[in-house]
Amino acid sequence: MAQTPAFIFNVPETPEDQGSQEPSPYDESEVHHSFHQLIQEQSQWAAEEGLELQQRVPEADTLGASGSGHQAFLGPEGVPDYSTATLRILASMPSRTIGRSRGAILSQYYNRTVRLRRRSSRPQLRGVGRSARPSLRLYDLELDPMAFQEEEKRILLVKELQGLTVAQRDHMLRGMPLSLAEKRSLREDSWIQKGKQRGPQGRRGLFSCCSRLRYACVLALHNLGLVLLSGLQALTPWRYALKQIGGQFGSSVLSYFLFLKTLLAFNALLLLPLLAFIVGVQAAFPPAPSGSVPAFTGLELLTGGGSFSHTVMYYGYYSNATLNQPCSPPLDGGQCTPEAGGLPYNMPLAYLFTMGVAFFITCITLVYSMSHSFGESYRVGSTSGVHAITVFCSWDYKVTQKWPSRLQQDNIRTQLKELLAEWQLQQGPQSVWGRLRQVAVLGLVWLLCLGTTLGCTMAVYAFSELMIKSPVSAEREWELLALPLVVCLLNLGAPYLYRCLAALERHDSPMLEVYVAICRNLILKMVILAILCYHWLGRRVGALKDQCWENFVGQELYRLMVMDFIFMLLDTLFGELVWRLISERKLKRKGKPEFDIARNVLELIYGQTLTWLGVLFAPLLPAMQIVKLLFLFYVKKTSLVANCRAPRRPWLASHMSTVFISLLCFPSFLGAAIFLCYAIWQVKPSSICGPFRTLNTMYEAGKVWVRHLEKAGPKVSWLPWIHRYLVENTFPIYLVSAVLLAVIYLNIQVVKGQRKVICLLREQISNEGEDKIFLINKLHSVYERKERSRVGRAHEAETPPTLLADEQDAR
Amino acid sequence: MGGSGSRLSKDLLAEYQWVARQGVGMQHPREGAPTGSPPSARAHRRFCELLPLEHRTVEESLQIRVSLEQILSLPELKANPFKERICRVFSTSPTRDSLSFEDFLDLLSVFSDTATPDIKSHYAFRIFDFDDDGTLNREDLSQLVNCLTGDGEDTRLSASEMKQLIDNILEESDIDRDGTINLSEFQHVISRSPDFASSFKIVL
Repeated sequence: MAQTPAFIFNVPETPEDQGSQEPSPYDESEVHHSFHQLIQEQSQWAAEEGLELQQRVPEADTLGASGSGHQAFLGPEGVPDYSTATLRILASMPSRTIGRSRGAILSQYYNRTVRLRRRSSRPQLRGVGRSARPSLRLYDLELDPMAFQEEEKRILLVKELQGLTVAQRDHMLRGMPLSLAEKRSLREDSWIQKGKQRGPQGRRGLFSCCSRLRYACVLALHNLGLVLLSGLQALTPWRYALKQIGGQFGSSVLSYFLFLKTLLAFNALLLLPLLAFIVGVQAAFPPAPSGSVPAFTGLELLTGGGSFSHTVMYYGYYSNATLNQPCSPPLDGGQCTPEAGGLPYNMPLAYLFTMGVAFFITCITLVYSMSHSFGESYRVGSTSGVHAITVFCSWDYKVTQKWPSRLQQDNIRTQLKELLAEWQLQQGPQSVWGRLRQVAVLGLVWLLCLGTTLGCTMAVYAFSELMIKSPVSAEREWELLALPLVVCLLNLGAPYLYRCLAALERHDSPMLEVYVAICRNLILKMVILAILCYHWLGRRVGALKDQCWENFVGQELYRLMVMDFIFMLLDTLFGELVWRLISERKLKRKGKPEFDIARNVLELIYGQTLTWLGVLFAPLLPAMQIVKLLFLFYVKKTSLVANCRAPRRPWLASHMSTVFISLLCFPSFLGAAIFLCYAIWQVKPSSICGPFRTLNTMYEAGKVWVRHLEKAGPKVSWLPWIHRYLVENTFPIYLVSAVLLAVIYLNIQVVKGQRKVICLLREQISNEGEDKIFLINKLHSVYERKERSRVGRAHEAETPPTLLADEQDAR
Repeated sequence: MGGSGSRLSKDLLAEYQWVARQGVGMQHPREGAPTGSPPSARAHRRFCELLPLEHRTVEESLQIRVSLEQILSLPELKANPFKERICRVFSTSPTRDSLSFEDFLDLLSVFSDTATPDIKSHYAFRIFDFDDDGTLNREDLSQLVNCLTGDGEDTRLSASEMKQLIDNILEESDIDRDGTINLSEFQHVISRSPDFASSFKIVL
């Protein structure tokens, strides 16, 4: 049954009402608690002066500036002009005091604690007061006619806190927006009273001693944990450098450096199993040297060939036999006599499995971090409240110096002006011709960009065919650098062309321009890499039939990485340093060049794709990438601080991190994984080098082992069974895909339902708001009437003496 | 700087530690790397630096209050347009113009890494509420925008732009259509911006 809350109304009849200033929520002593009696009085008066009420309501409607009938009694600037008594009531409304009064905060957290405690058991239906307005339920303590004072609310809260566990209590207290002193006293009270509760049960001294001891232990452990954590934080690399960058340039530039750090972590994760299971073992048991090893010349650092081919760096070095075999088969083919020795190590199997496991771990980590970051930055049902979000959330408090702070103010002002201009544009009607023209220009620019991409791709293809037709001799190894040079030049030049073309089109929002630019650059890079992959796996394998083609592919990727690094350095040098010098000296402009975040991030993603593509053929490539990233961090940081300024366009740093990680996962890692799978499953390994030289495909090593296990006996028969029915069979894959699709569909439906609920709730809240405005206006009219009647009575009290005087004069 | 006299006692440290939860991570800008001492001890040291030399004992530092001007001279707050509002919100003195050490620690813990987004949005609301009436009305919003864009004549928005902007803000965030933004509506807006927690941070 619905319980109506009992209201008590108390209107103070103080004459100093009219002279007092506007009340602030600090004056909690004069608080009005309800509207019930007021409405009763009002309806009484309405019965007496029925017509006036009807006149007033349409009057209020016409006065409303927005035409929605909400704003009545508007003052000169459109601000509602209420009397002081009404203002006092307004000031003590729950929605306004929750942020200010301690009593309100205490009762809110009392209710939350109660809910937390009762979460495990079903709530009693008797105790839950149902009312038509759910918002009242939260504040039922305040509107209680017994009117709990603050102290009593505090006692209630302490009692509830004692019922929680220590961890829950700490968590609750940490979330309370009270000052530290109050939190400490709450905690002490909830602890002491607990001790007191146990007291009367006897053995009081021992209990309090035990509890004190336990408290001391917990505190000591906590301190130890804190010291360790702060030590660990101090060990985190570049903590001070990142803080400096964030303080001077803001969060958006910082997101680039954080992405760089993430890539370092991924590479380290990839490198560790490779080092432990492949590189380390092979380095401990080096194979017999075949043929002469060329001497080291400086060119190997660039081309990766020469003396590097005969090191652990490339695939060709690894043996295809079992290392450290305890029994060495004698030459006459007899039985092998087991020697005392170490464990046998099957190199081909280890190579295959380690690569697979390393990639699998990287995949899981990538997907997890992508979903984590996606979950943080995407909100269900969030309409684009850009103006509010820009005004409330865009100031970066980390910026501590004066000049960057002024710059941030300039940026925010520009951003606000752009938002307003965009909004104005959307309000105005768009002609059909204008839209058509915009679409046509967009289509044209996209066609031109895709055409450029196609042109670059054809150029790379033609050049690679040329390289196949004219094989490079051993003396002119530097010619091998030609293909990477061409690729890097195209990667450098085409984005500038895209930028020129993008100046033609005009987008509605600046963020869209950035996304479109990233998209185009990414398409170019991925298509060029796809052509190169085809060139290696499709053409080179055939062309290098009697040689070690895997080594060649590994070296090609090494060369690409080195060239990419050199070009990045040159780009930093010329793009940033020289441009700044030119713009300062020649053009006399004070503006430094902007730090182009999108282009730099795409370069990082490209470099990481090269690493992932090449790791099968050159297991030490992640180590090279780590060295390259370390170097890059310091170069970019120095150049940033010396030559650049923060980007003018606003960047939502968390959205951009999500985009970066998604780009890393989808085109980049997925492409590398497909390349790897194709190379393992379909391509015949070369017959003179590498761990798989006697097999038809690399995957056969696994199959051979499974067959070996089958012969081994019934005890390990489950493994071949798994292999036959789960891995080789296609049915489990279909099953897994079907389950995945079902889960995705369910999630989509859940999100749709949540969106509907959000719409309904918004409607309900705005209806409640209308109720509130209605009641406030009624209040105001009551006070107006009282005021007028009081003034009228005071006037009547004055006039009789004057009237008498007039009458006497008249006589 | 005070030597041994400015060391907090162990259990007092532990008390502050528990409440501030190591979120008060900071380092001195002149040092190259953060020291290994517990964060609230560092906060205490920074606070003591603001006091005159003769008052830097432990007992006095916990009782004495530092005036607003001195807190505003901290390099981390100097360039912040909301520095005065921040100090006023965290001050517990009756005239709201001085901060004790506990208020200072309060300030640091709200602006640290470990404060929940709820607490941050709660205090952000109080900072933006320039007239302290519990809601953000049009004057509060226009003062807020002026702080963001700079208060000079050439850096302010024009009157029509300001009006349009405030209308848009109220349109987007005032759900119950009463012309003001209260705490729940403000927290609702903040929850849609995942950047808020990382930008509402002061790193000393």
